[in-house]
Amino acid sequence: MTVHTPIYLDYSATTPVDPRVAEKMIPYITEHFGNPASRSHPFGWTAEQAVEEARDEVAKLVNADPREIVWTSGATESNNLAIKGAANFYSGTKGKHIITVQTEHKAVIDAVRELERQGFTATYLAPEPNGLIDLEKFKAAIRPDTVLASVMLVNNEIGVIQDITAIGNICRENNVIFHVDAAQATGKVEIDLENLPVDLMSFSAHKTYGPKGIGALYVRRKPRIRIEAQMHGGGHERGMRSGTLATHQIVGMGEAFRIARLEMKAENLQIRRLRDRLLSGLEEIDEVYVNGDMHQRVPHNLNISFNFVEGESLIMAVKNIAVSSGSACTSASLEPSYVLRALGRSDELAHSSIRFSIGRFTTEEDVDYTIALMKSKIGKLRELSPLWEMHLDGIDLSKVEWAAH
Amino acid sequence: MAYSDKVLDHYENPRNVGTLDKNDPHVGTGMVGAPACGDVMKLQIKVNDSGIIEDAKFKTYGCGSAIASSSLVTEWLKGKTLDQAAEIKNSAIAEELALPPVKIHCSVLAEDAIKAAVADLKSKQPA
Amino acid sequence: MSHQHIYLDNNGTTLIDPRVLDAMLPYFSNQYGNATSRHLFGRAARQALDLAREQVAEAAGAHPSQVTFTSGGTESNNFAINGMASNNEVARQIAVSAIEHPSVTRPAFALRTKGFRVGVIAADHFGKIDPLSLEVALEKPTSLVSVMLANNETGVIQDIKMLTEIAKSKGVLFHTDAVQALGKLPLSFEKLGVDAMTISSHKVNGPQGIGALILNKRVDIQPLLHGGGQEKGLRSGTENVAAIVGFGAACALLKNELATRTETTQKLRDSLERELVAMGANIFGDKSHRLANTSFFAFNEIEGETLVMALDRKGFAVASGSACSSDSTEPSHVLMAMGVAPDIARGAIRVSFGANNTNQQVTDLVTTLQSEVQRLRQLTAIAV
Repeated sequence: MTVHTPIYLDYSATTPVDPRVAEKMIPYITEHFGNPASRSHPFGWTAEQAVEEARDEVAKLVNADPREIVWTSGATESNNLAIKGAANFYSGTKGKHIITVQTEHKAVIDAVRELERQGFTATYLAPEPNGLIDLEKFKAAIRPDTVLASVMLVNNEIGVIQDITAIGNICRENNVIFHVDAAQATGKVEIDLENLPVDLMSFSAHKTYGPKGIGALYVRRKPRIRIEAQMHGGGHERGMRSGTLATHQIVGMGEAFRIARLEMKAENLQIRRLRDRLLSGLEEIDEVYVNGDMHQRVPHNLNISFNFVEGESLIMAVKNIAVSSGSACTSASLEPSYVLRALGRSDELAHSSIRFSIGRFTTEEDVDYTIALMKSKIGKLRELSPLWEMHLDGIDLSKVEWAAH
Repeated sequence: MAYSDKVLDHYENPRNVGTLDKNDPHVGTGMVGAPACGDVMKLQIKVNDSGIIEDAKFKTYGCGSAIASSSLVTEWLKGKTLDQAAEIKNSAIAEELALPPVKIHCSVLAEDAIKAAVADLKSKQPA
Repeated sequence: MSHQHIYLDNNGTTLIDPRVLDAMLPYFSNQYGNATSRHLFGRAARQALDLAREQVAEAAGAHPSQVTFTSGGTESNNFAINGMASNNEVARQIAVSAIEHPSVTRPAFALRTKGFRVGVIAADHFGKIDPLSLEVALEKPTSLVSVMLANNETGVIQDIKMLTEIAKSKGVLFHTDAVQALGKLPLSFEKLGVDAMTISSHKVNGPQGIGALILNKRVDIQPLLHGGGQEKGLRSGTENVAAIVGFGAACALLKNELATRTETTQKLRDSLERELVAMGANIFGDKSHRLANTSFFAFNEIEGETLVMALDRKGFAVASGSACSSDSTEPSHVLMAMGVAPDIARGAIRVSFGANNTNQQVTDLVTTLQSEVQRLRQLTAIAV
């Protein structure tokens, strides 16, 4: 089997649409929506029935009631709708304080910042160095006026899994609405919303082999959680989200989540095997550091800092593999990843980090090629690096007085 | 980010990578930048008895433009006197490599490295 | 779907053009990058977005940098209304016309909870916005005016340029919902002089789930969705590459096909209306400048919903008003605003042609209308 470069190892940024998903979507692209004639759909289903079937599939993956699933244009919209919608609805009765975590996705952080501009206050909890939050610190952050907490299930950059059950229970005890961004979690970890103490949960299709431009928000019915709509119009989605969303995209998300439900167990075993292979290969390189907890973590993600190698030259060096340095959403800027900074990583280590994310179509050959490439390129860049030379000479770089630039 | 062909060439095939004996009285060493800023450049020059730079070596921790800037100046330095070396301007480096505005600081760093290496060498030589 | 079924609801949504679908398909298979990623997959997606942005801009008569992609017309309208009005701490009125789509009026009314008031601009009997009514509305300090370019029900086209000048003379921002105009008439954001303009893909033979807000960059607007900072920070969320490519491809077709599409649909519409007049139908907005493809009409004593169902059984897909309100039995708010008597308004049905409709289909529709109208009138007569 030959390796085709560049090798895609950026499944956390986006996934290919599974061919089975695409096949199911395409007839609905050519279908009229809102056409009375579509009541006699060639496949025996109306667009509306297809949408409801997809809603069932999304609900099934996370063990929720289909009536608890609201379609959105993606996880960014779900996060905005959940956070602004619940904060605004309950602020009058509960208060205007929000708790979130410094390592959340930008869509959560920036939605909370927007609420701060509107008069809310917020606590951005620092995670522990392994990326997980300390439950005691979370508890201590709760105030009498705390209305909402938002904590992601699986981190997009470092793949760590937060203890949503424990955090949710603390929220319940303190009468705090609890939102969870699960965009990176579906198909990777079991989600059982019937038993999880979670009020609102965001989902995305394109991180789970579905199409871009479609997502969903889970809104708990028992006890009923209310949100203020952020988009008004025809009153779709029981008034929570107006605007016609594309039938083919909804169908795609349903099929992607159905496949995830059926295949995630076997797939995760396969991905864990590939991850272990990748990790043991890369660990043969000196001075590499895994970012984030290795146990409470999805196998799909391996985020590694290569010490004494500069980040941008590292990206140039690895152009035969498609990987991400930090989150895709921030990689346009040269800022070190705010997630790694929040873990207490130095700028240098944050700059020299690579996120390898493995997925459904990754092969063993891809992994072996990646290991060989990394070994050779890291070796070459370190040959070039005065810092590596100093390290080999036994100089403690933290004690060096650098000429300020 | 689009790099010029010249930057890519120096990045792929850096010239004069290595280390000279920094205790040699004919060797001047300049180290500029800081890891926290994302660039550290070490530039070394070796002069012969008639004061001409006969060898130059570098090591750089930094982006492709920083590597290319330091690689380029090692080529330019050879055969120059110390005074001629000190006249190399960052603008010439930036122009030669077609550096985009956000990467101009790499050429500034290379100029600073030359100055530091020349100053180090001069400080070693009897007045 | 029966092959005999004739689709005459192109203002509701359009069938995707096969060439548009072809352009999209690679983005459901090997072209799957996230446009924000810096690697090859990401750059390929970015390039596709850049091209689509140019294609959409050209069709809208705007500069590519003025195009912000959204999830559709509803989001664009919400984005414009919320984002442009809520910035204004002083002028706390939003003025919207009486004939707007709910995705304009509802976000405007929702802003009342934040201390805004909504001023309604009246339309005349022909569906035209009354400039005097706009001037009166603007006597109150106003942050934003929103008037649609072409109405989805009547097809009536407003003189937006003239209305914009009135708003501009008062320093008030202007938004127009041009969802029905794109693909049916030449569109120029620059010439209209508006600050923001909504367009949507699925009305121009593109895919559903994608639209844009064309925006004058001097306008200070607050995003509706916060996050990763896509679309220059104006609209966060991973770009829907396949849909954007489809929207671009659909817009690119307009360059060579808009004139013929307009001409074709106008001929069909005019020949239908000649027969309608002979049958004694009331045609709404016919004394106004209208979209070439749209006919909105009613027969006395016949309920619009009933006629739509009757035509559906005979194989014709037409609408009884805007798709969003077709569930309700309330008469069209557009016709109410035009001062049409409720009894007549309840009879309204809309035929909206596409370029692929034929003369024969019009002939068949007329024949069916004649027999169905007669049949329904007899039923009514018996019931009375």
